[in-house]
Amino acid sequence: MAVALEIVSPEKLLLSQDVGMVVLPAAEGDLGVLPGHAPMIVSLRGGVISIYEDGKTVSARLFVAGGFAEITDTRCTILADEAVAVAELSRAAAQTRLAEAETAWQATDKMDIAAIDDAQDRLYAARAMIDAAQAA
Amino acid sequence: MASLKALRGRITSVRNTRKITSAMKMVAASKLRRAQHQAEAARPYAQRMERMLGALAANIAGSPTAPRLLAGTGQDKVHLLVAVTADRGLAGAFNSSVGRAVRNLARRLESDGKTVRIFCVGRKGRDFLRRELADRIIGDVNYVGRKSIGFADAQAIAARIVAMLAASEFDVCTLVSNRFVSVISQVTTEQQLIPLPIPEQTAAATGPRAAYEYEPDEETILARLLPQNLSIQLYRALLENNAGFQAAQMTAMDNATRNAGDMINKLALVYNRTRQANITRELIEIISGAEAL
Repeated sequence: MAVALEIVSPEKLLLSQDVGMVVLPAAEGDLGVLPGHAPMIVSLRGGVISIYEDGKTVSARLFVAGGFAEITDTRCTILADEAVAVAELSRAAAQTRLAEAETAWQATDKMDIAAIDDAQDRLYAARAMIDAAQAA
Repeated sequence: MASLKALRGRITSVRNTRKITSAMKMVAASKLRRAQHQAEAARPYAQRMERMLGALAANIAGSPTAPRLLAGTGQDKVHLLVAVTADRGLAGAFNSSVGRAVRNLARRLESDGKTVRIFCVGRKGRDFLRRELADRIIGDVNYVGRKSIGFADAQAIAARIVAMLAASEFDVCTLVSNRFVSVISQVTTEQQLIPLPIPEQTAAATGPRAAYEYEPDEETILARLLPQNLSIQLYRALLENNAGFQAAQMTAMDNATRNAGDMINKLALVYNRTRQANITRELIEIISGAEAL
């Protein structure tokens, strides 16, 4: 039994393989997907996707800035806004991004709820990127 | 009859034209390969997005809280037409067919008493539409001098459209662009983006959609998914426009090269005939001169 994992970004299909388990940074907490998972559609926050090819040890880690995932009992499709292997992340790039997100946060109209959500997501994703870069 | 020198000049000039058109054809052919590849690479995301959206939208459509991107403003007065064309010409009827489609659509809508606004993506479409519909154009973007189009470009356009919708500046949004069917065929199509039409078959194709669980909840996910979907549709249109443009230019330049070849052959024939006639005439002059002595 395996989960058919697919990670796609708007630009291309990044990964398509059968894995034992995958852990997703879902909007309300990390979510482990094993074969036979209940069908779900989740929104992702910025964070790290851990892929367990044999179901026990981490074989790959990818940073995503946000996106969506569709999970069925045999399949896990991740629509990532942006995905980078954790090993390729750089601290400096993440810092610039955080700085940009912070400026954007300062500039947002605090009456516009959608804009606030958006800016918060960006801030969160940038912080998650720094964490991921540090851990790597 | 033209002089030999004038004919020589014309042949040289047509030959130079042929060199340019055949070079352009080859450049377009190599760019086409890259553009086609890029368009294909973007397809999986769009397909998966459609599957998810089908499952979600079917559940939520018709509810009074449905987001505007899905349900529209509930009116049908102001139409926003997004015309996607290339930035460069010399590609046959590629750009003007989009221009014509937009013009016809605008006239039809206006004769029904609706207000039309136009947003131009690509320089050629703006140039075409500015002649007759200048006062309807509310904005334009172009990618002159850019090597490739990224998803961020599509997101920027989508953000402008969403902002306009939030400000109730239009009720219905339609995308007019060339779809890349094959290298020799690009079809101008109109696609309604807002309100989002939900295809009948997605409801059936997604099967047991009621079984999905949602996290956080359906509406929150939909609120994030819809703008993303808009960006994706625009991104697809931009990529197909790019691939279609290269294909159209390749075909147009191939024809031009062939026509230039035909022209050179015709001119060469006239040139040789004239040259021979001149020689014959000179011979006759010399012979008749010698006989007269």
